[in-house]
Amino acid sequence: MAHTNDIILKTMTQLIAFILLGFSIYLFFAGHNAPGGGFIGGLMTAAAIILMYITYGYEKIEQILPINFTTMFVAGLGIATLAGIGSIVLGHPFLSQTFEYYNLPIMGETELATALIFDLGVYLGVVGVTMTIILTIATDSDAKEDEEKAEA
Amino acid sequence: MEIIMTGLASILFGAGIYNLLQKQLLRIVVGTVLVSHGAHLYFLTMAQLKRGAPPLVVDGVTEYADPLPQALVLTAIVIAFGVTSFLLVLAYRTYTLNKTDNMEELRGSDHE
Amino acid sequence: MNNLIFLPIVLPLIASVIAAFFPKKLNLSRKFAQITSVILTIMTAALTWHVLTNGTIVVQSGGWEAPFGISIVGDGLSMILVMTTYIIGTAAVFYAPSVLDKQQESFYFYAFFFLLISGVSGAFMTGDLFNLFVFFEVLLIASYGLIVLGNGKVQLRESMKYVLFNVFSSMLFVTAIAFIYAITGTVNFAQLAERVEYVEQAGILTTVAIILFFVFAVKAAIFPLYYWLPNSYVVPNAVVSALFGALLTKVGIYSILRVFTLIFVHDTGVTHQIFIWLAMFTMLFGVIGALSTNNVKLIITYNIIPAVGFMLMGIGLYTEDAIAGSVYYLMHDMVIKGALFFLIGALIVAAGTKDLREMSGVIQKFPLLGWIFFVASLILAGVPPFSGFIGKILLLRGGLEQEEFLLVIIALISSLLILFSMMRIFIRGFWGDLMDNISDDRKRVRNLTIPGVVLVSISIFLGVGAEAVYPHVESIANMLMDRTDYISSVLKE
Repeated sequence: MAHTNDIILKTMTQLIAFILLGFSIYLFFAGHNAPGGGFIGGLMTAAAIILMYITYGYEKIEQILPINFTTMFVAGLGIATLAGIGSIVLGHPFLSQTFEYYNLPIMGETELATALIFDLGVYLGVVGVTMTIILTIATDSDAKEDEEKAEA
Repeated sequence: MEIIMTGLASILFGAGIYNLLQKQLLRIVVGTVLVSHGAHLYFLTMAQLKRGAPPLVVDGVTEYADPLPQALVLTAIVIAFGVTSFLLVLAYRTYTLNKTDNMEELRGSDHE
Repeated sequence: MNNLIFLPIVLPLIASVIAAFFPKKLNLSRKFAQITSVILTIMTAALTWHVLTNGTIVVQSGGWEAPFGISIVGDGLSMILVMTTYIIGTAAVFYAPSVLDKQQESFYFYAFFFLLISGVSGAFMTGDLFNLFVFFEVLLIASYGLIVLGNGKVQLRESMKYVLFNVFSSMLFVTAIAFIYAITGTVNFAQLAERVEYVEQAGILTTVAIILFFVFAVKAAIFPLYYWLPNSYVVPNAVVSALFGALLTKVGIYSILRVFTLIFVHDTGVTHQIFIWLAMFTMLFGVIGALSTNNVKLIITYNIIPAVGFMLMGIGLYTEDAIAGSVYYLMHDMVIKGALFFLIGALIVAAGTKDLREMSGVIQKFPLLGWIFFVASLILAGVPPFSGFIGKILLLRGGLEQEEFLLVIIALISSLLILFSMMRIFIRGFWGDLMDNISDDRKRVRNLTIPGVVLVSISIFLGVGAEAVYPHVESIANMLMDRTDYISSVLKE
């Protein structure tokens, strides 16, 4: 990969990726009773990560974020399903939810909902699947091999 | 407003189907995207576009937007997102293996 | 107890997630998949028995009462189809290790497999039109994953067409739901049935019903929308073809059965008359396709289409006998199509070729495979006393009652031609001189034959033991014709 020196892009990415990540986390926590949610938060996180990939190149980000996105997707799916199953175990219909207000330090009175667990699964799933697909196309390492296969 | 939206949805459908009938793989994928946008927009329009607060129970608000089509369309959008991204990967793989993105050259009835 | 009705949908989803964690550890994932599917099958059988004896179970997900929540309805029809799905799935899991190569098997085969099972069971059990769309997408996404396994050149080419076709029809499905929601203001099956009845299915609803039928017809491969099916079902691996052939088109036909016996039943002169005509063409054209080729797998694939025609015929006739025939045929066809695809996969391995002109004398080396294939052919064609015969006799009786003589004649002719197309494989492939390209790997062929044998014996039981099965099918047909039971158990009036 050719080395370019995009000062503007790199400087702006530091700022924008930070804002994107922060806002995506806000969206994720707002999701259960206000506009937002796991899907949108996840997409925004994925956008931030992709921006970093574009700016700094594949190898560097691979070192900084050594996450297997496929596993992340699967884990997200698992969490979402288990969040639904939990209510069956407790004798309520599938996907039932509940919420409660807690007094947390610093944050004061906070609403915690079980829907958040489901949303966490969605969030992980969306980040995982988006990143998997984009990275699969972007780093098509076995393209050569396939061409040989197609010729054979 | 509904009439404008219906018109827009029909334009999306028309453009999408025109693209679906092209020979290039990528255009076909874009066509499916446009058709799905048309379908989603159409769903929202058919359920009546209302002015009013978000469908959340808050004191003092009487005019609500209908939440059901919003929930359904959101689900449909997520599904369309997943399927489209899969379709892109599939189109890319088909292109690299078959070395063509022309549907005319991708026809055939030989079975290996 | 009621909550357990979710399990056939949710547990395979969890199994799919677990299987996705260790796709490369083949021994572990095989054992895991086999044990899980056997347990799930037993559990589903128990649930089915409970539903058949104690009546419909309805659960609202999230505790929201119908029509606001999403209902999951386990009535007799849904449960027997879910159970059949599980039986075929279990057979497929035992079949898969011998027929897939390692690279295909380790590419999330078991994860996609369980996802497919989850989607199919969900589609059978949902009580909500939009949720039906969601489960369609779940099973389609799983099928997209399965159809590209192996990454062959031709395979990708045909997968592309399959995916595009399904994406387009899914979008039409969304549009049709938009129409229905705009007209009736609900997507719950039971409430839709009530409201459509209330307006006596005004003209526009019939139009929407036909759009909806178009969507299901694409999935079920009904004339003239079946042309995507043969090529895309013949390219993947035998076990994937078996799952597709046994399950996917049947989900489409189930949806037609549900929607056009529960909701849109007030204008049968238009809708159900169209079904009868389409059923005739489907039966004829499918079987002509089966006669037109020498590729053994393609012959079986084409044989899916006339079977769909038979089931559509029962829905079109819309009498109790005919509906019972359709339900019986649906069950029978799922089992026997699974068995035939398994056996054809074994035959292709045994003969080393797909081309009928290049194989002969397979029965001399593999007698069990040959005779089981022979029995399976007879079952498919509907020779008494096997299960195909019971389904067909009910359908034909319904046809004679309604004085649709042309339909009955075409049904009989196509049955005969189905038998002919199958016997062509048997006579030219199994009989004759022993060819030297026939495989010596007896162990592998035996492993491939056994799941087929199991399914064929279940199918024989469905036919010979009709005394035990038929009363249940009859009561299911009864419930489908008299819609009040479904509506009142969902809406709890």
